[in-house]
Amino acid sequence: MKRISVRTNFILTTIFVIGSGFFLLFADNTFGDYWSRIITLIAIYAIMAVSYTLVNGVTGIFSLGHAGFIAVGAYTAALLTLPIQQKAMSFFIEPLIWPLNSIQIGFLPATIIGGIVAAFFAFIVGYPSLRLTGDYFAIATLAFGEIIRIVIQNSYSITNGALGLKGIPPYTTVWWSWGWLLVTIIVIGSLKFSSYGRALRALSEDTVAARAMGINVFKHQLTAFVVSGFFAGIGGALYAHWLTTIDPRPTSLGIMLTFYVLIMIVLGGLGSISGAVLGAIFFAIAAQWLRIVESPMNFFGITIPGIPGMSMLIFATVFILIMLFWRRGVMGKKELSWQYLYNLFLKKVGDQD
Amino acid sequence: MIKISEKKSVLKLENLTIKFGGLTAVDSFNGYLNKGELVGLIGPNGAGKTTIFNMITGIYRPTFGNVIFNGMDITGMKPHVITHLGIARTFQNIRLFSEMTVLENVLVGEHSWLTNFAARKALHKHDPEEYPRPRWKPWFWSAILKTPDYLKMEKEMKSHALELLKAVELEKYAHLSASALPYGPQRKLEIARALATKPSLLLLDEPAAGMNPQETHELLEFIENIRKKFSLTILLIEHDMKFVMGICERIYVLDYGKIIAHGLPKEIQNNKKVIEAYLGDEIYV
Repeated sequence: MKRISVRTNFILTTIFVIGSGFFLLFADNTFGDYWSRIITLIAIYAIMAVSYTLVNGVTGIFSLGHAGFIAVGAYTAALLTLPIQQKAMSFFIEPLIWPLNSIQIGFLPATIIGGIVAAFFAFIVGYPSLRLTGDYFAIATLAFGEIIRIVIQNSYSITNGALGLKGIPPYTTVWWSWGWLLVTIIVIGSLKFSSYGRALRALSEDTVAARAMGINVFKHQLTAFVVSGFFAGIGGALYAHWLTTIDPRPTSLGIMLTFYVLIMIVLGGLGSISGAVLGAIFFAIAAQWLRIVESPMNFFGITIPGIPGMSMLIFATVFILIMLFWRRGVMGKKELSWQYLYNLFLKKVGDQD
Repeated sequence: MIKISEKKSVLKLENLTIKFGGLTAVDSFNGYLNKGELVGLIGPNGAGKTTIFNMITGIYRPTFGNVIFNGMDITGMKPHVITHLGIARTFQNIRLFSEMTVLENVLVGEHSWLTNFAARKALHKHDPEEYPRPRWKPWFWSAILKTPDYLKMEKEMKSHALELLKAVELEKYAHLSASALPYGPQRKLEIARALATKPSLLLLDEPAAGMNPQETHELLEFIENIRKKFSLTILLIEHDMKFVMGICERIYVLDYGKIIAHGLPKEIQNNKKVIEAYLGDEIYV
């Protein structure tokens, strides 16, 4: 089998990244505002999915608390970038506490701080719950994610409670989101294809053997969890500045978001970074496309009223079908690499490995 | 990565006892392993052999007693630290990382080179003159940023892994998935993976289980070979008597958690207690 060299790989990847950059520039300018927003959303979803697949796919621990970290990142960044006047206006039930009510910083530092605070929360959640395994860990993280949401809902003097934050400046552009996606993929990809990534994949298969091989299982899992939390926070910060209003309902920054991201990574293939990106692209586009089914329509002379939530029903059905018939997803555990494409398209029939 | 100073007894087990509720699985086991020895641990099913392995490697904490490795008390240390100190093991039922390639399996064993700080610190505390104060390196960040330091290490790991695979004659399978290997080579790979942690003491849990006589014979030669090549001390559990008698220099026989015999293979073969434990007592009607 022909192996593509490291150099060729690097050159092709650089060309691909620059090419994608030009495509984004073109799409941003010609496809109109609506599509610009969708393209931005794709990257935000992809950041969430890639960070989620590091925990659920690569490390093999089933966490359901991802939305909690996204929410933490979203709120932290939004509170830092909200104009001071807007803060004074929004917080009419209880005024915002001191340091936050008098500062307004730029988007980039706010995003990074959002990520760091989310990583800190990931540490606090991960430290006790990683002592559990399997289903118990999933339940614990689910509960912690919900706790985060409920704390946000009830701390009026910090998060404005159920009223949410309004008037967040719409900073998230195609460039911010895709730029951060590039950083996310590079960092998590670099982690996955390092000695640490190998250790994570090993302990996802067999913790007993991994421990006997000298891997500190708890520490490695916690590290992956915190790195994932950081990028979830980044994704959340970008998401907040894309939505411009955030609130702690379960359907916006709660458990529903976790399930959306879960659908993306399962569809793309658990443990595959490129699969997570593909899943995010599919999900973002399908979610827009499925708006049709939520609007009233005329079906062979029968008028069907618009049913809100119809699209979720279809997603759920698709999810069940994937679980039944196509459990490995688009990519399985593999990555979309040049070698993979070469083997897929150019390898002659009968070529031996 | 860690050099072990030369001392006579590599492993010493003192009054090792473990109780699970009311059941005493291992009852004051006393034993030793000298440097370079190959010692067998035999006994009927459920005698507590694997439990002893689990206590040595830190998976279980003994209720009483101590595990002394190279003069250092390692009782109650964490399993990964014990591996870093130089005790590697294989499992009764092969536990390879089946979704990874053969090469990657070995590389996972070498991951310990980057993360053995705690073990080096313990060694320094035990013997400050022999082991210098370890320096902590941010390997995790180097791995993400792919610093020259890390890339050099990665290269070293890869070449060492390939060398190891060559030593166990698996280099032609290097890029194959571990689950694609036949049974015999899987056993060898598990041993190679254990060797990747650079151990001085190797614990083999029923290496010949499920092998035919031909394969068992090959394994016997293989173990002799790696013992010399890597100057290992080996403790092995085995049921195949021919195998044990053929390879072990000394044998401990365990029954119901107690040592019932200890000695050279010949002595064990003719020991009445051992025969009783395996075949049962005579029945007087």
